[in-house]
Amino acid sequence: MIEAKNINEQSAWQELTPGAEIYEPGTSKLVNTGEWRVLTPVFDEAKCKHCMLCVPFCPDISIPVVNGKRLETDFFHCKGCGICAKVCPFDAITMEKEEK
Amino acid sequence: MAIKDRMSGNEAVAYAMKQINPDVMGAFPITPSTEIPQYFSKYIADGEVETEFVAVESEHSAMSTCIGASAAGARAITATSSAGLALMWELLYVAASSRLPVTMAVVNRALTGPININNDHSDSMGCRDSGWIQIYAENNQEVYDNYIQAMPIAEHCRLPIMICQDGFITSHAVENIELMEDEKVKDFVGEYAPENYLLKKENPLAVGPYGISPYYMEVKKAQAEAMKAAKARVLEVAAEYEKVSGRKYGLFEEYRMDDAEAAVVVIGSSAGTGKDAVDALREEGKKVGLIKLRVFRPFPMEELAVALSKVKAVAVMDKSEGFSASGGPVFAETRSALYDADERPMMVNYVYGLGGRDVTVDTFGEIYSELFKMIETGKTGEVYRHIGVRDLEEQKS
Amino acid sequence: MCKDSNTVEIRWHGRGGQGAKTACLLLADVCFSSGKQVQGFPEYGPERMGAPITAYNRISDGQNRVHSNIYNPDYVVVVDETLLHSVDVTAGLSEEGAIIINSSKEPAELRKHLGGYKGRVCTVDAEKISIATLGKNFPNTPMLAAAVKVSKVVENDKFLQDMESSFRHKFASKPNVIQGNMEALKMSMEEVKVG
Repeated sequence: MIEAKNINEQSAWQELTPGAEIYEPGTSKLVNTGEWRVLTPVFDEAKCKHCMLCVPFCPDISIPVVNGKRLETDFFHCKGCGICAKVCPFDAITMEKEEK
Repeated sequence: MAIKDRMSGNEAVAYAMKQINPDVMGAFPITPSTEIPQYFSKYIADGEVETEFVAVESEHSAMSTCIGASAAGARAITATSSAGLALMWELLYVAASSRLPVTMAVVNRALTGPININNDHSDSMGCRDSGWIQIYAENNQEVYDNYIQAMPIAEHCRLPIMICQDGFITSHAVENIELMEDEKVKDFVGEYAPENYLLKKENPLAVGPYGISPYYMEVKKAQAEAMKAAKARVLEVAAEYEKVSGRKYGLFEEYRMDDAEAAVVVIGSSAGTGKDAVDALREEGKKVGLIKLRVFRPFPMEELAVALSKVKAVAVMDKSEGFSASGGPVFAETRSALYDADERPMMVNYVYGLGGRDVTVDTFGEIYSELFKMIETGKTGEVYRHIGVRDLEEQKS
Repeated sequence: MCKDSNTVEIRWHGRGGQGAKTACLLLADVCFSSGKQVQGFPEYGPERMGAPITAYNRISDGQNRVHSNIYNPDYVVVVDETLLHSVDVTAGLSEEGAIIINSSKEPAELRKHLGGYKGRVCTVDAEKISIATLGKNFPNTPMLAAAVKVSKVVENDKFLQDMESSFRHKFASKPNVIQGNMEALKMSMEEVKVG
């Protein structure tokens, strides 16, 4: 069985799956969409009340929550869309230029 | 022992479906294929099969149902004709490119317009490039036999398959037929056990992903290779089928072709009519033969080239108007098949039988006589011809 | 080109809804039962009750390969007499054969309307027989019997046996109509007039 991680834009036709099926779940986790980011959400933990409003608004499920607290953004997947900053009622997130 | 019976082509297909007992049927009625889901619904109502029948609101949904069911790991079937097949168009490509072995009984009927319910091949010829295997039948026996071979072909190749027969001419004609016993059919078709499928809980799967340009062409190439490989599978299944049924099938049937000088290439029910014409002309000492194409997709290009290369003149018959302004699809591909041959016959195209226009033994007599004229004069003349049509120019001459 | 001499070709003329197609398929059934190779097929168009329809049978000892309509039938069956005025029912009909018409008239009288046809003209009053035996006008059952009697495609006794078993199957839920149908067949075979 050909796994998604072994398929890329250099793969020959023989190296693809029939009908381009993908045989494992959650393969989007493998893709570094964080690389697309221009602006980065900067999270000020002091201002955060952990109201969790940012979590469902994030289109990329890039805000991890552990034990009722939101943690630092998952920068491997965050595309820097800025929605979390817009919806935060406490200005705990600001969008800033990132040095790469 | 084979069961001797008599039934119509539609009933023969429904009966084969019953013997196979597939998992899902998604279907919407349309003349002349309506009887197939109708007979099959009765089998379901009578508890003779366990198939889930999904009554849908259109053929678009019928094919969508089959795609969903097939991706989920089920054996999925449908039946349609003409406008119904046209409404499936988009999904035909989805089924084929997703490599889902859906089995569809096509009862060939003309496409509008003028609106017409009778037979020609414009529906299935129109979707000849959608990536489906296409197998055509001369009579009820053949459509039954082809249907039983469909799943072993399609499931092995992971390509969808159309089992075609001529609307009304065979679908509604009662003829003698030899049926196989249920157990024999079940053994032959076997259980469907795809390696991966949507409902396999150990191994969830995604079907039909977006294929961006860096992948699309590789996916299409793989699909094209699968279609090329299907030819060998069709023959393999035919050989197995001959062992259990005693009936022989190939990519096409060669009828009295051994020393033939003039030959006709034809698909479907008219082939039988043509064979009677061949016999009559052979009795007069004329060296004539006939090739009945059974498998149109994949197209048996090399094999046809071999079969036709020794013939002097060939008439290729198209039961659909391709509107290429230079001949129908069967002609275009058959002529192309001969391009690489060292010796090529003269070749003409006859568009015939559109919208149920009857084709008789005499029609074939006329065609063979035209072929002999070509052989005698060495001149092909007009290549793209229509036969059985009223024409002022012809009436004058 | 002429057809195989073993083949008997029959053309049915009726009107949509009269059961000509059913009679044609029944004839295919009974010929199949006596070991023949059969074809039974109607010429299809949009369903129109009352419009002239045509159906065909090819009955043979060998396989019927031809899939065209029938233009030179051995026998023609006319289920509705009024068609004689609108359809050329004897077109291509073999003079060795016969035409069988549902009518109370004498064959000689109908021959006048048959454009000089020289073969046998047969009549049977299928409406009268049907009403007498079934209480309703189902002309196709008596016409089927008359067609068998005249064409001899199946032996009469074999035909009656097969029809009885087929009626027993078809009318399993209403066995009271079996006897009437059998009577209709027998009466028609007795009463058909050959002229």
